[in-house]
Amino acid sequence: MSTAISTNTTVEWFYACNVIDVPPNGGVCVKYDDVQIALFRFARRDAWYATQNMCPHRQQMALSRGMTGTHDGEPKVACPFHKKTFSLEDGRCLSDETECSLTTYPVRVENEKVYIGIMQEA
Amino acid sequence: MKIVIIGNGMVSYKFCEKIISKLSAQAAEIVVFGEEPRPAYDRVHLSEFFAGKTADDLLMAPADWYASNHITLHLGDPVQQIDRNTKTVHSYKGITEAYDYLVIATGSSAFVPPIPGVDKKGVFIYRTIEDLELMRDYAPKAKRGVVIGGGLLGLEAAKALLDLGISDTHVIEFAPRLMPRQIDESGSRILEQQLKQLGLQVHTNKNTSEVIGEDTITGLQFADESILEADMLVISAGIKPRDELAKLSGLETGHRGGIVVNEYLQTTDPEIYAIGECALYHGMIYGLVAPGYEMAEVVATHIAGEAQQKTFTGFDMSTKLKLIGVDVASFGDPFVPAETSRSIVFEDTMKGVYKRISITNDGKYLLGGILIGDADAYNMLLQTSKNKVILPPNPEDVLLGARGGSQEAGPGVLGLPDDAIICSCESVSKGAICTAVEAGNETLDAVKKCTKAGTCCGGCTPMVKDLITGTMKAQGKYIRNVICEHFAYSRQELYDLIRIKDVRSFDEALDHYGHGDGCEVCKPVVASIMASLWNDMILDKGNDVVQDSNDRFLANIQKGGTYSVVPRIPGGEITPAKLLVIAQVALKYNLYTKITGGQRIDLFGAHLSDLPDIWEELIAAGFESGHAYGKALRTVKSCVGSTWCRFGLHDSVSFAIQIEERYRGLRAPHKIKSAVSGCIRECAEAQSKDFGIIATEKGWNLYVGGNGGSKPQHAILLAADLDSETCIRYIDRFLMFYIKTADPLTRTATWLNKLDGGITYLRNVLVNDSLGIAEELEKEMQALVDKYKCEWKEVVDNPELRKRFNHFVNAPGAKDPTVKFDTMREQKKAAEWK
Ligand SMILES: Cc1cc2nc3c(=O)[nH]c(=O)nc-3n(C[C@H](O)[C@H](O)[C@H](O)COP(=O)(O)OP(=O)(O)OC[C@H]3O[C@@H](n4cnc5c(N)ncnc54)[C@H](O)[C@@H]3O)c2cc1C
Ligand code: SF4
Ligand code: FES
Repeated sequence: MSTAISTNTTVEWFYACNVIDVPPNGGVCVKYDDVQIALFRFARRDAWYATQNMCPHRQQMALSRGMTGTHDGEPKVACPFHKKTFSLEDGRCLSDETECSLTTYPVRVENEKVYIGIMQEA
Repeated sequence: MKIVIIGNGMVSYKFCEKIISKLSAQAAEIVVFGEEPRPAYDRVHLSEFFAGKTADDLLMAPADWYASNHITLHLGDPVQQIDRNTKTVHSYKGITEAYDYLVIATGSSAFVPPIPGVDKKGVFIYRTIEDLELMRDYAPKAKRGVVIGGGLLGLEAAKALLDLGISDTHVIEFAPRLMPRQIDESGSRILEQQLKQLGLQVHTNKNTSEVIGEDTITGLQFADESILEADMLVISAGIKPRDELAKLSGLETGHRGGIVVNEYLQTTDPEIYAIGECALYHGMIYGLVAPGYEMAEVVATHIAGEAQQKTFTGFDMSTKLKLIGVDVASFGDPFVPAETSRSIVFEDTMKGVYKRISITNDGKYLLGGILIGDADAYNMLLQTSKNKVILPPNPEDVLLGARGGSQEAGPGVLGLPDDAIICSCESVSKGAICTAVEAGNETLDAVKKCTKAGTCCGGCTPMVKDLITGTMKAQGKYIRNVICEHFAYSRQELYDLIRIKDVRSFDEALDHYGHGDGCEVCKPVVASIMASLWNDMILDKGNDVVQDSNDRFLANIQKGGTYSVVPRIPGGEITPAKLLVIAQVALKYNLYTKITGGQRIDLFGAHLSDLPDIWEELIAAGFESGHAYGKALRTVKSCVGSTWCRFGLHDSVSFAIQIEERYRGLRAPHKIKSAVSGCIRECAEAQSKDFGIIATEKGWNLYVGGNGGSKPQHAILLAADLDSETCIRYIDRFLMFYIKTADPLTRTATWLNKLDGGITYLRNVLVNDSLGIAEELEKEMQALVDKYKCEWKEVVDNPELRKRFNHFVNAPGAKDPTVKFDTMREQKKAAEWK
């Protein structure tokens, strides 16, 4: 899956929360209008990831409360309901090939503030 | 050479498999006719069709297996005639095939006794997938189900009716007892008792004279004039070999059915063989799959002209009933006459266990036996009798030693001779399995693939597993279960490391002993070990994010993403005033209320952000966390006991409260449940708990390692007639020893089953202090007890922790707008998920 941004889309960076609001190595849920986004902070490797909050398995708004971790170095989150795991890099389901993938979002941190990038059609 | 096979059942399939491994595709042309619409499937596990398996799951091999092995398969096309002069067969669809060798593997059909009315609607037999499909479609209409026949298959059919949702199911047996061919009088009595508990009504000595009803069954009429109303009937009165084709072509058949064969399985026409359930050898039909497979092997070697010719010389008819929920097994010769043998009987009517073995008069060899209620030792005993293994000096040990998974009695599976057959379906010997393990096949799957052991009925898998570990140990290999890719240690090793290094956070553990970032497997394990060791507040030191989701929010996540709240109600005792508080909180926060199986009250449907407020109110009224969300002590149930009950010997409620308050909040590898009963009537069901206590005239009996849930198991008596203080000391030792040594997510029952030496060893450690650690265990437990604090109180009092209980980080207090409820019986319920 390509994350390259073509010329007619722009990214809107919206302010989600402050770094200290997010527990190290955990996640929180961010409200962006009617959209729920799960934001994860990997403090040990100083990396941030964001995906849709809804788990595609049973459509539960739960991934932000899931447990983070890695599999062969690839960052992932496990849904608290039935422990399906998803890659935080490209959103694909790691434990079940037939499961739908997650939408992922870019994350930027500046001055202890966390921003999530939303694609906008120009 | 051209081989034609009539029938495509289990034995026919096995014959195909064997013959192609012995002959090259060029050497033989193989044609199979099957009457059923699908290729051979696993009839032995037919009942699993009702447990969710599909017809495809049950196939012995996919349809394209035959083509890819150059076998021509005609399905839905029964052979109607054999012409022995021209050596051809003619099928229903008009195909004519010539043969050099003909193999008849037509199996058998259900025997339906000539009772008037068996042709009515609602009457079924139990043999093919089609039969089961018909039953499945009919069952929703039926209220009461009846099975005629109390044998092996009848009981399996009765269980199927229960599984189909017909809770009122009856079994009718003509003989004075159940399974008359396999087990004795006393065994039948116990079995009947156990079946009753499953909800099956058993009627013995009943001769059905008519199926009544217009064109649909409404009941059964018996010879003794009585009537049983019923709207569904399954007939399982025995089998009838399918010998009609053989008879028609002039082959000799028995007068009670079956195609007569010699030791090469040849019929009276030496070019025609008969194998499986249609074959009659020495006046006997072998109605099990393993002898059928043996017959297939004999014929395959015969046709292939192998140098070492095999013969069929009869077969052990040992059986174990699967699926029914009560273990039943018989092995060897279960009915050896008293003159030529001694028998040893173990009977526990309360637990519903009956075991009888027959041994030779000199006490050296095991001849056969019957096991009801607990057949764990079946495989071992079967092999001991089959292989003529010399018994230990006290032969009763082979019966009694099997309790609690103890391996001490007898040498176990490793003591069997190399040629002992471990997997009788596939005839795999102990030697073959050990050789495979030595060659590097060190997992069950690898051994299965390499030797085929355990691929058919699966009954031998426990022995195969024991052989794998035994062989690896003998090679000096160290076997351990490492936690995951981030920690190359077993839980027990990690527990010791974390204790010695005084590790207090997951990050520290990872820095010292792990690598990478951790994952959903190792995080909760480490969190649980630290909680068991230190009993620190579990949300401190960044440990909140390594707790399982329920522990992280100190509540159980439910459908829809809301939580349930369970305050502790020790021993199930609660004042009316406290009940009122629960009711008020439930009304205020709109919560669904339900009494749990553990004698407390569960409040469902709480929004994440409401949890701290709800607990603030509950704590103010004197409640504390019930730890329903944790792998921790749950409840200590109690019966009403001597304060009110006229049978009560001691005050079970007070003791239960004392115990629950002692171990509340105790984190362990898995949840822990307990109960206290005031007398042997056992109203609190203490024997189904991780540890259970029953009052006796002289004190308390302490049982350990019981389990309810999906794999029920009775707890085993650890020590009897204890005073309260000793009882608690033993529980301290038991729990601490379990916490220190169990694998992650292992309940005490499984832990005890796997413990080398079983209950005998455990009793030695805990009661006789054989390792000299009893005092240390008690001390460690006391330290945990002293450190107990209510987690919810700490959250309620801490504004920083309270902040974590919000759905949106950027909209505190706002509830998740996607949460939806429906209404049912005047309360809310979670909206159904997709
Ligand atoms: C519910 C149930 C549970 C069982 N549980 C156990 C168990 O736990 N352990 C155990 O050892 N055994 C068990 N059995 C018995 C076991 O299934 C049989 O012993 C085994 O299936 C016999 O195999 P077979 O190939 O001889 O006969 P079958 O499997 O009956 O196959 C014979 C096939 O030949 C076909 N056929 C008949 N006539 C013709 C014809 N003229 N032309 C073409 N095809 C024809 C039939 O339609 C059938 O498909 C159980 C049986 C049932 C029904
Ligand atoms: S277990 Fe005994 S004491 Fe307790 S309620 Fe039942 S009968 Fe009474
Ligand atoms: S809802 Fe997420 S795994 Fe089932």
